[in-house]
Amino acid sequence: MRLLAQIGDWFDRRLQLAAPIREVAEHPVPRNTASWWYVFGSAALTVFLLQLATGILLALIYVPSASEAWSSLQALNHDVTLGWFIRAMHGWGSNFMVAIVLIHMVQVFLFGAYKFPRELTWILGVFLLLMTLGMAFSGQVLRFDQDAYWGLGIGASIASRVPIAGPTIVNLMLGGPIIAGATLSRFFALHVFVIPGMLIGFVALHLLMVVKLGINEWPMPGRLVRRASYINEYHELTKKAGAPFVPYAIWKDLFFAAFVLLALAACALYFGPFGPTGQPDPTIIQTVPKPDYFFLWLYALLSLLPPSLETPALQIGPVLVIIGLLLLPFLSGEGEKSWRRRPIAVLTVLLIAITLGTFTHLAGYTPWSPHMNAWSGDPVPEQLLQRRTALERQGALVFQVKQCRNCHSLGNLGGQRGPALDSVAVRQTQDQLIRQVIQGGGNMPAYGKNLTPAETTALVAFLETLHPRGQAPARDASRDIVLDEDQAQRQNAQR
Amino acid sequence: MPDENKISRRGLFMKLGILFNGLVATALAVPIVRFLSSSVTRGRSGSYLSWVPLGRVGEFPEGETRLATFRNPYVMPTDGKTVETACWVRRIEGEQVQVFAVNCAHLGCPVRWFPQSGLFMCPCHGGAYYRDGSRASGPPERGLFEYPHKIENGLITIQAGELPTPGANVALLGKKPPCAS
Repeated sequence: MRLLAQIGDWFDRRLQLAAPIREVAEHPVPRNTASWWYVFGSAALTVFLLQLATGILLALIYVPSASEAWSSLQALNHDVTLGWFIRAMHGWGSNFMVAIVLIHMVQVFLFGAYKFPRELTWILGVFLLLMTLGMAFSGQVLRFDQDAYWGLGIGASIASRVPIAGPTIVNLMLGGPIIAGATLSRFFALHVFVIPGMLIGFVALHLLMVVKLGINEWPMPGRLVRRASYINEYHELTKKAGAPFVPYAIWKDLFFAAFVLLALAACALYFGPFGPTGQPDPTIIQTVPKPDYFFLWLYALLSLLPPSLETPALQIGPVLVIIGLLLLPFLSGEGEKSWRRRPIAVLTVLLIAITLGTFTHLAGYTPWSPHMNAWSGDPVPEQLLQRRTALERQGALVFQVKQCRNCHSLGNLGGQRGPALDSVAVRQTQDQLIRQVIQGGGNMPAYGKNLTPAETTALVAFLETLHPRGQAPARDASRDIVLDEDQAQRQNAQR
Repeated sequence: MPDENKISRRGLFMKLGILFNGLVATALAVPIVRFLSSSVTRGRSGSYLSWVPLGRVGEFPEGETRLATFRNPYVMPTDGKTVETACWVRRIEGEQVQVFAVNCAHLGCPVRWFPQSGLFMCPCHGGAYYRDGSRASGPPERGLFEYPHKIENGLITIQAGELPTPGANVALLGKKPPCAS
C-alpha cells in the first residue's frame, strides 16, 4: 500500500493533476440536482466513449474502399469472431447516442438550463447534436450497401438544389462526378477523423463549462433568472444546500451509464447488426432504399411536402432551425426556468415530438410509395369477382395488369398512394370514372394512351361494381333525362 | 524604462515571425486548396463527360423500353461496382431513341419501368413518369433526366459521366422532356 502511494506521489509531483481532479470531483452541486433527470449528459458521454472503442475495433477489419467495403462488412458479420457483435454494438450505439442526446437536449430545454450564464454550453450542445447527426449519416454511408448508395444519391440531389453552388457542392461531396470510391473515402475521413476530432474538442469544452459554471439548479417555479443576481444566488445555493458531486450525485450517473450500456448490449445481442443490405451495385435497381431510423422523418417529409415548397423548405428550413436553436438562449436568457410555468416551451416540445413521431411512423409503411409488386402479388379479393359479368371480370384483369393495384388497394391489399377503391363506385359516376382513368389528375397519371377503348370499358365496368352491399353506386341523375328513353331503358337493364 | 511607443527588438522579431508563418501558410494553402477542390475544378472543365457506347440499336426492340448498363467514363482504381451505371433505353422506332437516367428527378432513387401501364415508378417517394419520360405524378418537378445520344453505324452512344441531379450543370438538363398535357 505504501509503495502504491509512493508511486502515486512520484507521478503527481510531475503531473500535478491530483489536486485539480479532486477539486473538480468534489465541487459542490445543489443537492436537488442529484436527480435521475440529470443523468442524460453523462450517459451520452458514456455511449460516445463506447462508440470510440467499438469504432476503433471495427477499423481493424473494415476497408474503406468502394470495391472492398461491402465484403469486409460481410467478413465482420460472418468470419471474424464476434465481429457481428461489435458491429451491432456500434450500430445500436449510434441509435442510442442520437436518442440520448435528444433526450438530454429536451431535458435541458424544459429545465431552463440554457439560460444565463449557460448560453455557450447550450450553443456547443447544438453543435454536438449536429455532429452526432453527422456521425449517424456518415456512419450509414460507411455501411456501404444499397441503402448507403442511394442515400448518398438523395443527399446529392438535395445538395444540387442549392442555387448556383449546387453542382459544386455535389462534386465536393461525392469527391468526383458520381458516387464511387472517392465518395466512400471522404465519408470515411469525415466519420473517423474530422467529426470525432471536433466532437472530442466540443465535448471537452462543454464539460469544462458545466464544471466552471456549475450544474443547473433544480428549477423552482417563481425563482427567476436575472443576469445581475443569478451568479450570487447560485453560489448561495451551492454553499447552503450544496453537496460534493462525488459521491453525492455521481452514483446515479454511474448506475444509469451501466444500465444504458447493458440495454445497448442487449439490443445488439438480440437484434444483431444492421445490414449490410444488397451490394452497392447501381445496376441493381430492384431496391427500395430507406434511411436509418433517425432520418426516417426526413424521408417522410420529402414525400409529403408539395413539390413547389420542397426546395425552399429543404434549404431554408434547416438553416432557420439551427439559427433558432442557437439564438434561443439570447431570446430567453432570463426569467422563469421551471417547465411548470413555461407552457409554450412544453407545447413546443410536444408539437415537435408528435410531428417527428408521426413522420417516422408514416415512413415505416410509406403510404406514398407505389407497391411495386402489388399488381402481380396481391390477388383481387374473391368476393369482388363472384356473380360478375365477363366484362367486369375482364375489367378486374385490366385493373391488375395495368398496375392500378400498385397505387390503389382492394381489401386492404395493394398500394396506398391513391385512394382505396373498395367503394369507389359510390364516390364517382361512370363518366367520372372514365374521365379519371383516361385523363388522370389529382396526382394520378393519365392512362388514356395505355388503355384501348375496350380495356377502358372493361375497367370502368369493374370499378362500377365496387360498392358496399346495400349502398347504391353513384349515378348522374340528369343523364337519364338527357338520353332518350330507349337508351335510358337499356342502361337501366344493364344495371 | 523603455518608451512605450517604441517597438522593442524582440517584439519586432515576434511580429516578423508571425508574418513569416503567415506567408508560409498562404503558400502551403495553395496546393491544399487545389487538392481539395480538384473534384470541382475537373467537373467545371467538363472532363467528366464523354461519349460512351451503349449497344447496337438492333439490341433494343422497337416500341420497347429496356434497361442498359454502361461503365462510367471516369474511373478510380477503388471504385468497384459503383462505376457500372444503369439507364433506360426507349427505342421508339428506327433510329428514334430516348435514353433516360434511372435516377428519379425528385431525389435520385432508381425508377423502374412498367411496360404494361407504360409508366416509370419510383420506389422512394412515389414519383411516376410516362413512357416519354415526362412527369406523370408525384413529387418530381420535371421529367426524367435524358442523356444526350447519337447513333453512328447502328451504335448508340450517350454523353454521360456525372450523377444526374436536379441541380443545373449537367448536359442532361438542357433537354427537358415535353410536359404531358
